[in-house]
Amino acid sequence: MTLKEIADLLEADVIADPEDLNITIKNACSADMMSAVLYYHTPDSLLITGLTQPHVIRTAEIAGIKSIVFVLDKKPGAEIIELAKQKKIPILFTRFCMYTASGKLYEAGLPGCLFK
Amino acid sequence: MPLNTNEITEGDFQIIGGNFTNAGEASMQMKAKLTELGIDEATIRRAAIATFEAEMNVIIYAAAGRLRYYITAHNITIKLEDMGPGIENIELAMQEGYSTAPDWVREMGWGAGMGLPNMKKNSDEFKIDSVVGEGTSVEMIINFS
Amino acid sequence: MKLSNVVEKLSLEVKTGKNNLQNNVTGVYISDLLSDVMGNSKDGNIWITLQTHLNIVAVAGLKNLSGIIIVGNRQLQEDVLQKAEAEKITVMSTPLTAFEVAGKLYQLLNG
Repeated sequence: MTLKEIADLLEADVIADPEDLNITIKNACSADMMSAVLYYHTPDSLLITGLTQPHVIRTAEIAGIKSIVFVLDKKPGAEIIELAKQKKIPILFTRFCMYTASGKLYEAGLPGCLFK
Repeated sequence: MPLNTNEITEGDFQIIGGNFTNAGEASMQMKAKLTELGIDEATIRRAAIATFEAEMNVIIYAAAGRLRYYITAHNITIKLEDMGPGIENIELAMQEGYSTAPDWVREMGWGAGMGLPNMKKNSDEFKIDSVVGEGTSVEMIINFS
Repeated sequence: MKLSNVVEKLSLEVKTGKNNLQNNVTGVYISDLLSDVMGNSKDGNIWITLQTHLNIVAVAGLKNLSGIIIVGNRQLQEDVLQKAEAEKITVMSTPLTAFEVAGKLYQLLNG
């Protein structure tokens, strides 16, 4: 599924380079605990989270996560957005909660990420 | 840049407890170094995850710590020493789900009791020593395939 | 929908609170942050989390949630199970991830 399709399904605002909307997302992981994200096998994954801390971006980079969706219209600080831009990790903002966001993507055919 | 058998690449970082803003900087720099050396992605990912978890533990629990790494042609060794509270029961701390993290740490997305298990899982060799009231040291080796 | 339907459809393992399976499920909330659940979950919601800390029982009780689904086969400490049983909180377990449980529940409740 492309990031564009995901953004449309979640009616999300996107901070990304326009060409990033064409990247392919293979699966998704919904979590607020960063060690859980690091536990799963997440290269080419989408992270759906309610946590808005700078270490979310760093965790994504370490784990090879392609993009992050912040749920419930939670807005991270300017420094986090700046860090995401710097690391070239597109970020999405949706008004939906983690459950609805996950549900919509699963329904549209996006699988969950794998255990290692 | 191909790996030279005789050459050792090193890194040395000071980590300040409670500094969540820069959390992960040391791991990022180590990751960049491994990428520069042309190590395969899966191995880099293992090393980065193990190091990041270790770095976070220092930030969460200790006053300060030091992270060093050594890269040879065959593997990477990551060493962490902290001035922290120490771990009372290492066996218990290694159990998935066990955590002594305070509530505010859990609200920051850490303290799920997966840090040490994640470090061990991603290492080929994993050693941990701890003295209550003094600190904890961890040594991890990840072999290159 | 009753909690027992959810248990059956998702093949959940019921760890505690087996007497509450007739509870009505009003919706679902996912979060691993206790303050988030305190602030945003609704009466009768099922709570999906990988958080296994003792405080999850208190949060579920205070918010009158219909049950907690622990994902990723995470093991619960004995004290958590005992407290959940004592407080009549239904704790369920699954090997699925939070994303997958959400997806299956979404289809079940909205389909």
